[in-house]
Amino acid sequence: MNENTTNDPIIICEDVHKWFDDFHVLKGITTTFKKGERAVICGPSGSGKSTFIRTINRLEEHQRGTIIVDGIELSNDLRNINLIRQEVGMVFQQFNLFPHLTNIKNITLGPIQVRKMSKKAAEEAALALLERMDIADQAYKYPSEVSGGQQQRVAIARALAMEPKIMLFDEPTSALDPEMISEVLDVMRELAHSGMTMLVVTHEMGFAREVADRVMFFDEGVVVEEAAPADFFDNPQHDRTKLFISQTLQH
Amino acid sequence: MQQDSANIPFWRDIRILKILFQVLFIIGIILLALFLYTNMLQGLDDQETELSWDFLFSEAGFDIEEGTYSDPSEEENDSDPSDENLKGFWIGIVNTLRESIEFDPSDTNLKAFWIGIVNTLRVSIVGIFCATIIGFLFGIARLSSNWLISRIAAVYVEIFRNTPLLLQILFWYPLILVLPNVRESINFFDSIFINQRGVFLPSAEPAEGFNTWMWYLLSGIILAILVVIGFAVFRYLSRSRELQQTDRPSFVSNLIFSAKWTAAPIILIVPFLAWFLTPDAPLELSRPELQKFNFVGGIDLTPEFTALLIGLTVYTSAFIAEVVRAGIQSVVKGQREAARSVGLKESQVLRLVVIPQAIQVIVPPLTSQYLNLAKNSSLGIFIAFPDLFQIGKIIIGQTGQSVPTFAMIMTCYLIVSLTTSAFMNWYNRRITRFDSSS
Ligand SMILES: Nc1ncnc2c1ncn2[C@@H]1O[C@H](COP(=O)(O)OP(=O)(O)OP(=O)(O)O)[C@@H](O)[C@H]1O
Ligand SMILES: [Mg+2]
Repeated sequence: MNENTTNDPIIICEDVHKWFDDFHVLKGITTTFKKGERAVICGPSGSGKSTFIRTINRLEEHQRGTIIVDGIELSNDLRNINLIRQEVGMVFQQFNLFPHLTNIKNITLGPIQVRKMSKKAAEEAALALLERMDIADQAYKYPSEVSGGQQQRVAIARALAMEPKIMLFDEPTSALDPEMISEVLDVMRELAHSGMTMLVVTHEMGFAREVADRVMFFDEGVVVEEAAPADFFDNPQHDRTKLFISQTLQH
Repeated sequence: MQQDSANIPFWRDIRILKILFQVLFIIGIILLALFLYTNMLQGLDDQETELSWDFLFSEAGFDIEEGTYSDPSEEENDSDPSDENLKGFWIGIVNTLRESIEFDPSDTNLKAFWIGIVNTLRVSIVGIFCATIIGFLFGIARLSSNWLISRIAAVYVEIFRNTPLLLQILFWYPLILVLPNVRESINFFDSIFINQRGVFLPSAEPAEGFNTWMWYLLSGIILAILVVIGFAVFRYLSRSRELQQTDRPSFVSNLIFSAKWTAAPIILIVPFLAWFLTPDAPLELSRPELQKFNFVGGIDLTPEFTALLIGLTVYTSAFIAEVVRAGIQSVVKGQREAARSVGLKESQVLRLVVIPQAIQVIVPPLTSQYLNLAKNSSLGIFIAFPDLFQIGKIIIGQTGQSVPTFAMIMTCYLIVSLTTSAFMNWYNRRITRFDSSS
């Protein structure tokens, strides 16, 4: 447990199931994330990691079970979905910045359109965030004009601009060249220390060991094993976990 | 480098070869043109026609029923004698414009040709406008998650895209001709009448206060231009101090920004304000009124115009719907997901993220659809719609001057097409260069 973790649950998942047509992707996930907790999710390709974190802000709909985020249950109620999306920021593997907007406009779009912030206030906040990401000088460029690592930091700033309570990261460094990975991880590390609740899908085991409170191992749509990083890496219980760790640490 | 080029024999030197091929190509074109020209002269000689432009100024001798303004006061019933009393600069301009589309068999062939141009432009511009709106609606509808809506849109698109346009025009035309006769017109609010003679709509006609009102309007526009430039200069200068050189928006984007916030309101408010300031109403509504044989007043759309307009609009809108659909689908899924994940509503996702990106993909093929519509309007000849092409054919029939007339027709279509593409290219550059949310 880190110094920021509380005992208040912020995400409660109960027996969450998800099918793509008749393909059973999530087979009953039950878990609770606490306010301020940092969870790293790992597992082999196709195990349902992305699908799981995408159900938390309703980019994917679950078909059975309940998900409660910050006291609001995810249902087909459009108002609840929009409320939760304002509380949950997301960072994608492919950045997904809006190419027709400058970096700063990418960041201010949500605050101006959703939070109804004034343009001036939103721009000031955006510049402060870019400063924090160490890319203030890239504010007025278009996403296509900056490097991958800088784009991903703009994307993190875009999510943070909505002042979310929870941040979801889906393999935020997998599309980056090796030399750019650390600049993004630095930002995420700083964010973790600020007390943000974070769910991170990643293969960066060093980051998991250093920052995570809990590592969850997914395989074929179930959580096979979850533990504090020290236990998880040094003393894995299941064969599949052992195999995965040995394969991942090889490279 | 110097040595290199000295060593290459000329038949292998790319730079020389490039020029050589171009010269050969131009010589080929000139030879072809010469051949065609002598061929044409030979043909004209055989027909015993002389190449001359005099025919343009001789009397046309045929009447045109379409698109020509008929002055109500000239008809036997002078129901509105007050028209005669209107005076002033702007009334004069309106009257000149009206005279320019009045036609009488004693007018020249050139005037007839001009009426043809006006008719082609009328049907093309209204057609492009309607086809764009309907096309966007059906394109978006086809992607709707509502099964019924997307099916209906798909059926519409597939039917009208996959049958010949000529067939469609020939289908709409008789449908209009079997509408009720004039006395039993389909009537909407006593203002719009539909019958077998076409569609009759109300129009706004200049009245007593028109002249004064137009002067107010002109002053409003001049004021708006001054304010826009002033505001843009002010903003440009004040922002330059705040921002670094590289971040500074260009003067043009400042101009566009300030036009949006100053000119638009001024242009919207001034006409209303001026309306209250002018003692007499500047415009009056002219409703179609049933006279002895037909409706008088308002705007009337002939059955030919209506059928051609419906045909062109429906056919082109089906293609535009496909263009719009392809454009929207070209925006990758991740864009929508990112937009949703910052909490935007579905309508905002579409308006702020999807459409601005899709429009860049949509504009070039949309331009070709506009050009197609303008050129396809020449199919109106099959229902005797007197457009450029039809009137050109009549003139040829009467004077035998086929070569100059065809040259004029082609030049007109070319001018219309090139202007349209120039405008659309300019628009395309604008949307790809500027960030569309500023
Ligand atoms: N939209 C979809 N439609 C159908 N099947 C899908 C869809 N999205 C994902 N899947 C399938 O669901 C399974 C889980 O996908 P998911 O993306 O959650 O895996 P993952 O654990 O994130 O893998 P990776 O490490 O490769 O990102 C995969 O087999 C995938 O093919
Ligand atoms: Mg994934």
